[in-house]
Amino acid sequence: MQIELTINDKAVKWEVANDEFLADTLRSHGFLSVKKACDTSCCGLCTVWMDGKSMLSCSVLSLRAHGKKITTIEGLPKEAEEFAQILSAEGAEQCGFCSPGFIMSVLAMKNELVNPTEEEIIHYLTGNLCRCTGYMGQLRAIKIYLGVA
Amino acid sequence: MFTILDLVQPDNLAEAYQILSDKRNNTILGGCAFLKMGKKRINTGVDLTKLKLNYIQETDGFIEIGAMTSLRDIETHPLLTEHYNGVLPQSLRDIIGVQFRNGVTVGASVYSKYGFSDLITALLSLDTEVELFKAGRMPLADFLSKPKEKDLLVRLWIKKTKRQASYLSFRNSASDYAVLNVAVSMLNNRWTIAVGARPSKAAIAISASALLSLEGATSETIEEAAKRTSEELSFGTNTRGTATYRKALCRALVKRGIMEVLACKSN
Repeated sequence: MQIELTINDKAVKWEVANDEFLADTLRSHGFLSVKKACDTSCCGLCTVWMDGKSMLSCSVLSLRAHGKKITTIEGLPKEAEEFAQILSAEGAEQCGFCSPGFIMSVLAMKNELVNPTEEEIIHYLTGNLCRCTGYMGQLRAIKIYLGVA
Repeated sequence: MFTILDLVQPDNLAEAYQILSDKRNNTILGGCAFLKMGKKRINTGVDLTKLKLNYIQETDGFIEIGAMTSLRDIETHPLLTEHYNGVLPQSLRDIIGVQFRNGVTVGASVYSKYGFSDLITALLSLDTEVELFKAGRMPLADFLSKPKEKDLLVRLWIKKTKRQASYLSFRNSASDYAVLNVAVSMLNNRWTIAVGARPSKAAIAISASALLSLEGATSETIEEAAKRTSEELSFGTNTRGTATYRKALCRALVKRGIMEVLACKSN
């Protein structure tokens, strides 16, 4: 089945299988920032945006991306770099495997919440797991990034 | 992992229902988040994306929710944050993460009658009806007690009232499935107590609800209603908790739920 979508502002036509998930499709086309880890909709590592909303690409059928605008971290280099530098400065980076999905969620939160409280930040990011950092460095970095520290 | 041999996106409900009925293993696709954890072999997957069932709107005294509406849309829509003390958004906020709730649909969550569902318990405490393509419109409680039949859940109807409601759940960790969840509501001194994740599907505690409705909420009747709820409903054991533990939790959560509704009423 052929789908037509926009990936990071570029229109593409891709062949996908009926039961193929978006994470696999994106990775097969070189968008390797999209990580697969739990594959059970729990960890948030595969987070991408679909029409501006954060989604777990491991759980979205590729067919449902037809006609949609998909954004991965490759499409947001400036924003990602700005936040990644703060993450690094706050010692919130270790293995980095969860970072692309995590950063996509943080950027989605920035678009959705105005001056979020610490509780709102933590709640918004519940769906992004990190097994290295313990989250405190990330929380410091987010507060600095959002200007709510 | 499930497999889908063929996948269709029908243009209307009749076509979708026809395809669903054609073969036993033809299946409606919701958000697919839970479906993908099974090993189902689907002949034809029916995707309802083209049917414009992703909406929340007010219609003739009801809040109407299309089957393809995401849980996140329910969580953030003003009609639902501003009614029933926001009991529906409250019931959804601890389900995994925002990305998950952006993908999961209300139709699949309700139609599947998942025992662990947070949403069904909250909906059950309100005046909720489900509309099925073939079987038509019926109260949610009736739908839940019916044997499973192949049908297509089109939308939910929730009567727009000043019903006060409260939702409480107990979880072993923040975004895990609930060990037990409880929703309590009251309109014109008529009470409804619903309990879910028992771990079987949610049910209304009819006798306990009637007790509060008939005798009013006093410290004695609240204690008795909580006790009666834990006695009239059945509880089971799974990895998250034993039946005995759930029964004890039920009594505590129902009592707190009633107190919360009373506090809402006085505000």
